[in-house]
Amino acid sequence: MYEFTYHRPATVDEAIALLKSADDGKLLAGGHTLLPTMKQRLASPSDLIDLGGALATGIDVSNGCVTIGAGTCHADVATSSDVANAIPALAKLASMIGDPHVRNKGTIGGSIANNDPAADYPAACLGLGATIVTSAREIEADDFFTGMFDTALGDDEVITSVRFPVPAKAGYSKFPNPASRYAMVGVFVSSAKGGIRVAVTGAGPCVFRQGDMEAALEGDFASSAIAGVTQADGDLNSDIHASAEYRAHLVGVMARRAVDQATG
Amino acid sequence: MPSVSMKVNGSEVSADVDARTLLVEYLRSDLGLTGTHVGCDTSQCGACVVHVDGKAVKSCTLLAVQAEGAEVTTIEGMAANGDLHPMQEAFREHHGLQCGFCTPGMIMAATDMVARHGKDLDEATIRRELEGNLCRCTGYHNIVKAIAAAAKAMG
Ligand SMILES: Cc1cc2nc3c(=O)[nH]c(=O)nc-3n(C[C@H](O)[C@H](O)[C@H](O)COP(=O)(O)OP(=O)(O)OC[C@H]3O[C@@H](n4cnc5c(N)ncnc54)[C@H](O)[C@@H]3O)c2cc1C
Ligand code: FES
Ligand code: FES
Repeated sequence: MYEFTYHRPATVDEAIALLKSADDGKLLAGGHTLLPTMKQRLASPSDLIDLGGALATGIDVSNGCVTIGAGTCHADVATSSDVANAIPALAKLASMIGDPHVRNKGTIGGSIANNDPAADYPAACLGLGATIVTSAREIEADDFFTGMFDTALGDDEVITSVRFPVPAKAGYSKFPNPASRYAMVGVFVSSAKGGIRVAVTGAGPCVFRQGDMEAALEGDFASSAIAGVTQADGDLNSDIHASAEYRAHLVGVMARRAVDQATG
Repeated sequence: MPSVSMKVNGSEVSADVDARTLLVEYLRSDLGLTGTHVGCDTSQCGACVVHVDGKAVKSCTLLAVQAEGAEVTTIEGMAANGDLHPMQEAFREHHGLQCGFCTPGMIMAATDMVARHGKDLDEATIRRELEGNLCRCTGYHNIVKAIAAAAKAMG
């Protein structure tokens, strides 16, 4: 790890001021993506701005929404009875991230800002039509995840919370990479007043909505309705873990399991 | 250099550290607490697990300065007055270790597991909860037995 100057601001405003004045500053939340990256010298920020004392943590359920402070760790979402009552699929998703120690440190804000193509939370955000609340504005999930490790966040913008509308039904099914436990393919489905959403992570360079499946589920929210819908493999990832063809197959299987879970 | 203060195994400690010092490096090199091991240094193996404010974390993936003001417990803090902690005793009794390299992290993960799940830990839960702790020797069977037995003893 290269040298850096460490800061621990008490507020988000202070963190933004530090970001603006730094040569090449980076925010640190749980550190479970950033620190491994810095150890490998793939990132070498001049300044590390620790959000540990500045970010909101905690979960609020009101007005038909579950709002989660950006600094909330995965374990707290996984074990929250409020989340389990409102959106059980979201609590389940959090309980499947990494391992217990990772869940004690990694945060929802860090996961979403990082937008790893195989991360779990981006599927929940897109699959529920969440709103990402930042220091500057509110961004709809549909506009937030712009590409591989890329988001709509500006240079000096901090995620402060994520707001999930409570759906009528939702489910998440993931085929974990057996070594890393990231999603080889994960599919989040929901049925709500606003319509059906099917979000796929792990399969492509960035989380995406599966429009053909959404259309098929619109009239009949049952796994049988998507039994014949296939995922094209043209734009999917191919690596030592799985070919694009295999991932495309998994999208169908995970989507059907997610719908069964939502309706079961 | 930033200064850092924390409580480690009940004692107040403080030092000026290079900001990039990992918690595990601070524990091992500065404090001489070499019971906490570094197996992979890539956040995978769990040999470095310690408790920070009562929660199991990988100390190779945490800066020492991030533990400012925290209460840290390492494997050295588990035995009380010369008596092994029930989890340590169960690993001894059930042959839950061979080379012992993974054991400190296993014990810290296992006590965290019992704290969250209570005494009635079933085998499937124990195995799922051990996803972040790798052992290259035992094949896990006796580790799982040891944790189940200790959970009962601790409950
Ligand atoms: C062994 C292991 C297994 C894992 N398995 C999984 C898995 O199965 N599924 C999964 O989804 N993830 C997995 N992860 C990743 C884990 O969930 C990370 O914790 C998470 O992706 C990043 O969150 P963090 O709080 O640690 O962020 P950090 O590492 O601190 O930061 C990540 C990035 O986000 C930026 N950032 C952080 N917070 C904010 C904010 N509030 N506003 C703006 N930018 C911010 C940082 O500047 C940095 O660029 C795993 C990690 C490990 C080490
Ligand atoms: S040394 Fe920390 S996880 Fe392996
Ligand atoms: S006993 Fe040798 S690695 Fe577990």
